Amino acid sequence: MENAWLIPLFPLLSFLVLLLFGRKLKIASAYVGIILVLVSFVYSVIVLFERFTAPTHKAEAVWLSIGELQLTAGFEVNQLNALMLVLVSLVSLLVHIYSKGYMDGDERFPVFYAYLGLFTFSMLGLVMSPNLLQTYIFWELVGVGSFLLIGFYFYKESAKQAAKKAFIMTRIGDVGLFIGMILLFWQTGSFEYDEIFAAVGQGEVSEKWITLTAILIFIGAIGKSGQFPLHTWLPDAMEGPTPVSALIHAATMVAAGVYLVAATFPLFAASETALMTVAVIGAITAIFAASIGLVQTDIKRVLAFSTVSQLGYMMLALGSAGYVAGVFHLMTHAFFKALLFLAAGSVIHAVVTQDIEKMGGLWKKLRFTGPLFLIGTLAISGVPLFSGFFSKDEILMAAWAHGNYGLFWLAVIAAFFTAFYMFRLFFMVFSGESRSKMDNVHESPGVMIGPMIVLGVLAVVAGYVNTPWFGAFLGDWLTEGNPALGHGHVEGPAWIMFVATAVSLLGILLAWLMYSKKSLERDWLSSRAPISYNILVNKYFIDEFYKLSFVYAAKAISLFLKFIEIFLVEGIMKAIGGITQAFANTGSKLQNGQVQTYGTVAFVGLAVLLVIFALTGGYLQ
Amino acid sequence: MSSVPISAFLALALILFCIGLYGALTKRNTVIVLISIELMLNAVNINLVTFSKYGVAPAITGQVFALFVITVAAAEAAVGLAILIALYRNRKTVNIDEMDQLQG
Repeated sequence: MENAWLIPLFPLLSFLVLLLFGRKLKIASAYVGIILVLVSFVYSVIVLFERFTAPTHKAEAVWLSIGELQLTAGFEVNQLNALMLVLVSLVSLLVHIYSKGYMDGDERFPVFYAYLGLFTFSMLGLVMSPNLLQTYIFWELVGVGSFLLIGFYFYKESAKQAAKKAFIMTRIGDVGLFIGMILLFWQTGSFEYDEIFAAVGQGEVSEKWITLTAILIFIGAIGKSGQFPLHTWLPDAMEGPTPVSALIHAATMVAAGVYLVAATFPLFAASETALMTVAVIGAITAIFAASIGLVQTDIKRVLAFSTVSQLGYMMLALGSAGYVAGVFHLMTHAFFKALLFLAAGSVIHAVVTQDIEKMGGLWKKLRFTGPLFLIGTLAISGVPLFSGFFSKDEILMAAWAHGNYGLFWLAVIAAFFTAFYMFRLFFMVFSGESRSKMDNVHESPGVMIGPMIVLGVLAVVAGYVNTPWFGAFLGDWLTEGNPALGHGHVEGPAWIMFVATAVSLLGILLAWLMYSKKSLERDWLSSRAPISYNILVNKYFIDEFYKLSFVYAAKAISLFLKFIEIFLVEGIMKAIGGITQAFANTGSKLQNGQVQTYGTVAFVGLAVLLVIFALTGGYLQ
Repeated sequence: MSSVPISAFLALALILFCIGLYGALTKRNTVIVLISIELMLNAVNINLVTFSKYGVAPAITGQVFALFVITVAAAEAAVGLAILIALYRNRKTVNIDEMDQLQG
């Protein structure tokens, strides 16, 4: 565990090697990437197992010393970090393998792997940071990785726009995080998590400051995790290659916001207002994104909105003091959502379209992808015995136990929506008649199926590490020795589990009736309430709203400033220049070469001096 | 014998100098300008001689200086006329207004 700092360096090495030699390695760059990430993964697993018995390991070295102040850099392996290390390196490894098939034949294949390496390095670094400053550095680095990968198909205008949008939207959140970090430093005199928590625990920081800084940090998380109202970049980020969507925009980077809130959880726990903010934003996001997901027709966009919705769930859990529930759902979600994205990538690979209206009847043609997609769908819908069921259950329990009854019912409705739109997606893609124009739909190569099978297995079994039936291993382990994080398991009324199961089965049933059996008309809702359908299809007009408000306002301001620049600033510059030139011209004219003029001037000057001399008696007072 | 007061000498020098200055600054013919400069130098000479005789501390120095000035003025007139002739050969004019090559 002492050498855990090596873990992020392998992907960095991969990045550097591929950056320098990628052109020569060509297809072999995939092996370089895969092997180095595999090393990271294996080491992460070792570290995780060591962490089961050993205490938290933290090592730091002075990085910068300014007067009295010493900034340190180092790494920390606590329970959450160890879990995240394995999670990130595993999903990254699987995506590396999968991309070998998916990105096959792409001109910039080595570049893709280089970017993956950079991203994996940053993400692993992020989850090991022992202080806020280091977290912030890696936080921005993952943003860069995400930007590069969304814009991977930079020759597409939409991809370029999406990359910019993602970067700018998350930056808005980052500003909040940055301010929060500085305020915390001002209040506690340290960036170290330990020292901040200690200061907060001993009541050295007033309630007001805790709330303010916690909410500012949460704004950073809102940006990164695509929470309402900064969520609009995440669906657009689907312009990137599908493996990237699976790795960055489903399993790891977007979960960084949740991770950040979890990592600074003692701070949030000290302020009921901050917790409530997190919970409310999470619940709103959950139901809001789920409702949009009901009507989208792009397979990746449906998944993107479901990601936003699930991240909202995690925030709701954390905001309801359900630390374990949030982290647990983060883990299970990483598995089943990565699975869903990889399976969606496999579907896209087969039919070369992302529009689910043009799919259908793929179950027979994609013998592996179909069942794997079904597993992911069942898991996310919260069907019993799958991983999503247990984690979603924990979240609902936490929300109920914390007394957020309104938010609890919102979450239940969101769960119903989730089950409905996920199965709508499933039925439209896999059942019924083929609407595809492709004749030779074929299953993806084994290199793509393999990682999906691993994730499929995990999507089923990952839930059993923390169940009400076999004990809450994960919960007990996560909260071990840290009472600020709450209990390992939240007790709640037993009927919650039945309600959760019922709504998800109801959603599945409704989807089946509408899209598979077709006994209910598909446009049942849209024909009766076209307005609500319109609102949902247009994602509540949030993008339009931002365009009309912030974008145009910014443009108006910039236009105004441009006029100031042209007329005021340049006007002043021109005036100064003109005055100087006029002086020079006058001076130049005096030098007219007429000796008599010079003589006159000299004589007049002398005369003036003499008059002054005569009047003042030789002294100038 | 010394009925002529010092102020008369100085007034003569002043008038001479002013005439010379006026000529030097206003006349357009370069020859006249040179002559005017000679006038100013002579006004200075009168001053020098006056003070060497009637000054607070009478001494021969002033007269020696006057001799020097006369010498220098002769040399200056020779050089000035030589330059003027050279200029005239090039520009076909002695008009001082047209000699403005030094302008900026």
